[in-house]
Amino acid sequence: MTTASGARVDARGWGWRHAGRLRPAVSELDLVVEPGERVLLLGASGAGKSTLLAGLAGVLGGDEEGDATGELLVDGRPPADQRGRVGLVLQDPDSQVVLARVGDDVAFGCENVGVPRDETWRRVDEALDAVGLDLPRSWPTAQLSGGQKQRLALAGALAMRPGLVLLDEPTANLDPEGVVEVRDAVGRVVEASGATLVVVEHRVSVWLPVVDRVVVLAAGGGVLADGRPDEVLGRERERLTEAGVWVPGAAPAAPVRHRASSAGPLLQAEQLAVGRRGTRGPAVATGVDLVVDDARAVVLTGPNGAGKSTLALTLAGLLAPAGGSLRAADLLADGAGPSPSRWRSRQLLSRVGTVFQDPEHQFLTATVRRELAVGPEALGESPAEVGSRVDELLARLRLDHLAGANPFTLSGGEKRRLSVATVLASRPRLLVLDEPTFGQDARTWRELVALLAALVDEGRSMVAVTHDAEFVAALADDVVALDRAPAREAAS
Amino acid sequence: MSLLAAVETDRLVGRLNPVAKLLAALVVSLVLLLSIDAVSAGVALVLELLLLPWAGLSARQLLRRTAPLWIAAPTSVLVTALYGRDEGPVLLQLWWISVTDGSLALALAIGLRILAVGVPGIVLLATTDPTDLADGLAQVLRLPARFVLGGLAGLRLAGLFADDWRQLALARRARGVADGRGPVAAARRFGGQAFSLLVLSVRRGSKLATAMEAKGFGSDATRTWARPSRFAARDAALVAVGVLIAAAAVAAAVVAGTWEFVLA
Repeated sequence: MTTASGARVDARGWGWRHAGRLRPAVSELDLVVEPGERVLLLGASGAGKSTLLAGLAGVLGGDEEGDATGELLVDGRPPADQRGRVGLVLQDPDSQVVLARVGDDVAFGCENVGVPRDETWRRVDEALDAVGLDLPRSWPTAQLSGGQKQRLALAGALAMRPGLVLLDEPTANLDPEGVVEVRDAVGRVVEASGATLVVVEHRVSVWLPVVDRVVVLAAGGGVLADGRPDEVLGRERERLTEAGVWVPGAAPAAPVRHRASSAGPLLQAEQLAVGRRGTRGPAVATGVDLVVDDARAVVLTGPNGAGKSTLALTLAGLLAPAGGSLRAADLLADGAGPSPSRWRSRQLLSRVGTVFQDPEHQFLTATVRRELAVGPEALGESPAEVGSRVDELLARLRLDHLAGANPFTLSGGEKRRLSVATVLASRPRLLVLDEPTFGQDARTWRELVALLAALVDEGRSMVAVTHDAEFVAALADDVVALDRAPAREAAS
Repeated sequence: MSLLAAVETDRLVGRLNPVAKLLAALVVSLVLLLSIDAVSAGVALVLELLLLPWAGLSARQLLRRTAPLWIAAPTSVLVTALYGRDEGPVLLQLWWISVTDGSLALALAIGLRILAVGVPGIVLLATTDPTDLADGLAQVLRLPARFVLGGLAGLRLAGLFADDWRQLALARRARGVADGRGPVAAARRFGGQAFSLLVLSVRRGSKLATAMEAKGFGSDATRTWARPSRFAARDAALVAVGVLIAAAAVAAAVVAGTWEFVLA
């Protein structure tokens, strides 16, 4: 990779308030990043890390989007005036792919900043090589895994030869394999190009091999701590842990368990085959045998594409089995019949509650309070009962100050807590969760694990899909590992 | 999505500039919309069918892709024949249904027209990659890049709709609000789910817009094009073929005395 000189960052009393918000997202920030430095940017949720990155990338927008104070400069000039000098990679792999073919997508940035044609294609090949995407230019972007999409986004940024590379939680939505893929690609690339790097990420240990400086933003504005990684992490361990940062060595406390006795099996799968479209379309996993017992937790693990989510949705009665048998015992069915996929939507509510991987898929109303009332109301409970149930959940999941907020405006951790709370509101016997800890900070993680442990201890059952080894260690009674299905290529 | 994706082909049709295909199909369609008569549509359709062997599609692909036409055309023929404006001798009378010479002629004209307009449109879609079409629109027709590439990126997001829609349906079932029989409950459910899809799409769209802006999209720099889109002699020839088909259709109808200018 041809060397591009690292860019210098200067923030002088910089601040930004999003239009329509009372408090600024960032205020009074003074920060200098020297060319070639590799900075891990930490801070509590709401400290303005993403806002700072967006500011540095010049994508905060104009006066209609918010008010700026002070100065934020890259190489002494406003970032929006020098497109291509700064490359940005965001968290969500799906919403960063612009074009349908791998080569075209990487070329997109070069085209926008006016790189000549021959030079563009040379850079495309170099960038794909640098991030380790060994695919033809014409490869369809729709067929990439999450980790590959993130490396594609990185390649697209690199091809512009940026002096400053910004990464906003680039690995939060990836499985462990994808995390390492992306981290290693970033490490190679900044090493070779000498670009300045600023990365935001809760999981510190992932990025320690790459960064040489840690900056912690204070929630009230300004910088809380700044220095060599070992110094800052040693000195600020407690405050960082409290702020939800995964500090290496500070293992998340496993909850103390008081196990309830089990009344027997709830669900039994024999040679179960599952498909994303139920009985129609191809199966993504076959031959699954498992038992979900009362008051016990089953964890489903396995590589991406093994059909874990599809299996979970089938166990939850949302998809019909593609083959084999899935039978609910009377303990769970309670008179509704042995086949969960035939239960009516309302019958599911008190029997199985599902927490989706993306909380936004399951929100139905305009406020947090009404969101929580949906389940109990569908079950026909009295307004007084609904009210007290909702109040109890708001308090239990620390959402009471947000009762009137729109669910879509919440932070990632708050959305996750709300999606769990909406399911708890109808008191299902079995909880099914798909990657409940994806992208969560350490504080939300602790709360979530403690809550789920308490639920299992009080006699509910749980099926969870996860890649999270600590989650498995804290909660699993039984682990079901799926292999990558050979039929996967045909299915996608 | 496989029915919407372009067929990969190294035949001539795959190398033609998409803009030429678009222009040729447009010329034929627009001219055919000027009259409602069987002769012009019939002549155009016959000429189009003669060109089909060069469309780069196998018989199977062609049948699959044009399936909507084979449903739409006979349906319209039937409906127009039974309920169309009556004119001339009555051929069949059954309660309020009457088939006349006039309604039969109209039915034939409409059925042929659907095929004559539909076939080139479907061949265009089936053999054209959206990215190549966007390149052509921006470089050959000089449409604004912002508009063309924005539309192209939006099209890719639309490919995620089917998945989102299924997820939303599952989520509604899980939340206990998917019961209720009858058209009113179904309509309400559809409306709610469509609104959720809209919210999701807008959110994803704004994230994509940020990613595009960060890659310099919409900046003041003069844009270069990594994939050149050239309008060659063979492309001009294709447009000329379109013009010839349209002209032949009109001429045949005028000579036969069936040309009926709809705007007159």
